Amino acid sequence: MNEIPHYLREGYLTVEELKKYIGLPSEERLRQRPVAVPECPQEIPCTPCKEVCPTNAVLMEHPNAVPIVDYEKCIGCSLCVQICPGLAFFMVHYIGDKARVTMPHEVLPVPEVGEEVILLNRVGEEVGTGKVVTVIPREKSKGDTPIITVEMPIELAWEVRAVKVVRE
Amino acid sequence: MRFTEHPILDFERVRGREVTIYFEGKPIKAYEGETIATALHAAGIRIFQHSTKKHRPRGLFCAIGKCSSCLMKVNGIPNVRTCITLVEEGMQIERQDEKPVLPKTSKPPKWKEPPRIEADVVVIGGGPAGMMAAINASDAGAKVVLLDENPMLGGQLVKQTHKFFGKREQFAGVRGIKIAEILSEELKKRDIEVFLETSAIMLLQDGDEKLVVGVRKNKELVEFKGKTVVVATGAMERMIPFENNDLPGVYGAGAIQTLMNTYGVKPGDRVLIVGAGNVGLILAYQLYQAGVKVEAIVEAMPKIGGYFVHAAKVRRLGIPILTRHTILRAEGKEKVERAVVAQLDENWNVVPGSEKVFEVDVIALAVGLRPSIELLHQIGCQIKYVPELGGHVVIRDSRMETTIKGIFVAGDSAEIEEATTAMLEGKIAGISAALAAGVASPGWLKEVEKTQRELEEFRSGPFGRKVLEGLKKVVVE
Repeated sequence: MNEIPHYLREGYLTVEELKKYIGLPSEERLRQRPVAVPECPQEIPCTPCKEVCPTNAVLMEHPNAVPIVDYEKCIGCSLCVQICPGLAFFMVHYIGDKARVTMPHEVLPVPEVGEEVILLNRVGEEVGTGKVVTVIPREKSKGDTPIITVEMPIELAWEVRAVKVVRE
Repeated sequence: MRFTEHPILDFERVRGREVTIYFEGKPIKAYEGETIATALHAAGIRIFQHSTKKHRPRGLFCAIGKCSSCLMKVNGIPNVRTCITLVEEGMQIERQDEKPVLPKTSKPPKWKEPPRIEADVVVIGGGPAGMMAAINASDAGAKVVLLDENPMLGGQLVKQTHKFFGKREQFAGVRGIKIAEILSEELKKRDIEVFLETSAIMLLQDGDEKLVVGVRKNKELVEFKGKTVVVATGAMERMIPFENNDLPGVYGAGAIQTLMNTYGVKPGDRVLIVGAGNVGLILAYQLYQAGVKVEAIVEAMPKIGGYFVHAAKVRRLGIPILTRHTILRAEGKEKVERAVVAQLDENWNVVPGSEKVFEVDVIALAVGLRPSIELLHQIGCQIKYVPELGGHVVIRDSRMETTIKGIFVAGDSAEIEEATTAMLEGKIAGISAALAAGVASPGWLKEVEKTQRELEEFRSGPFGRKVLEGLKKVVVE
């Protein structure tokens, strides 16, 4: 029997697995503008990311194929993050010593621009705080999912994939 | 236990006029449009009956009218399925604690000819498969009538808050609740007659035609006569054996979705989910969205069975998934107070000393489904046991016609799969039923073939393999 990959035993990708199965954009590309990264390593019958991409940057040979993003073609428009039914697309953008991570946020409350939020890694651990810089509310989102962009220390860019909004 | 704030759903919009019902004589607030079981849950009442022999407490389990766990006495009449019966002002609800008997004052109904509804195609079941069958049979030229025993159309779509997979033309990226709305609208546009709260209790051959005997609102007999019939009766949640698995608070995953996503009632405060297939994973996310704490998901297999992306969604919200773990027992006096789980070794034996106790008031079973084939069985369709398809299923051809000419099947009642394939199968069955009824032009065969190709494409990945293996055993030409 084949070895079961870690991500299917545990339910999350490690950064090493992300590099191995998905591949990361170059530092140069990350500094140019936001770039979409699909955390979708498993073949499932699903194609909206490919269908919605305005620059055909999402490559998929057949409807069950794993999406591969051509990072050079990606213009960072976030439509794939909005539409992805698996909430598996994220965008990352490096600015100076900060990173901006764009992610879906389908839980309440939806944070406001400027609000400080608690950063959660792929297993829900609190790893720091960040500031919300953009919010696309549900009604403006192409995929009925609110998406937020959060600014954080650059070293957390590949760790943080959710936030918690704490209000008094 | 009611909640209003939700990131996706708007309950204020669906809750009807406030009414009062009475549980054991005590008044309870309820809303028109919700079921008796929902109103009782909102009032914190979980014990609906006691078993007749050992007097064990019982509560809601499936919430879609398929098990018998929620039977209660309503206005003196026993054995009422409170999970699909809507509240009415002044209703008197009682626990059913003894062998049910009809009140002495009740008389058998007077015989009269039931109303008979005639159509080309009769569709049983208003879920994704049934609605697609009805829409497409109608488009192909058939007069269609659809019946469903639930109070609303949509089947299990009405509680699916997540976005669907597949292609965009197959509703990918659209939430299940929205798909239910879209398909209901399409039914309306086509003037398809719909009978809700109507249970199909018999499926009969009547000369060259078919007769479906229905009971509306638990009382009124209605007959549906059609040249052909599409059976899209869905599936029933599975139960697994463990100590105290009958305690109130042990629910099928779908029952929790019904309470929470259809009616805005929390099932409890802390939940353990058994099963990390798509249903269990999606349920965990939905519970989090509703503000309910999920302590863990346990899965007996060594890996996550559902889509990885669904697992990743719940992991990043801090919900643990324990693979190679199973539930040993539920504990609690009259309802679930704790769950005891343990690790399994490679031979599926419990690892000594690995027991963990979770303080939970809800145990959600997401351990699979079995097709609801009762009507197909009763009329005599050939049946085969195929584990890959969820259990006993009917033999059919590639156009979803069973071994009885004119009887078609689609969706989970054909094999356990998912809503996108159910919709595609519904389309195939609906058009084929219209063709078999002799009302569709042969040109519609092209549409059937196109849909068959779409289905084939959808199933061509690793997640379709098991179903394809199973279909080899039941699809005949």
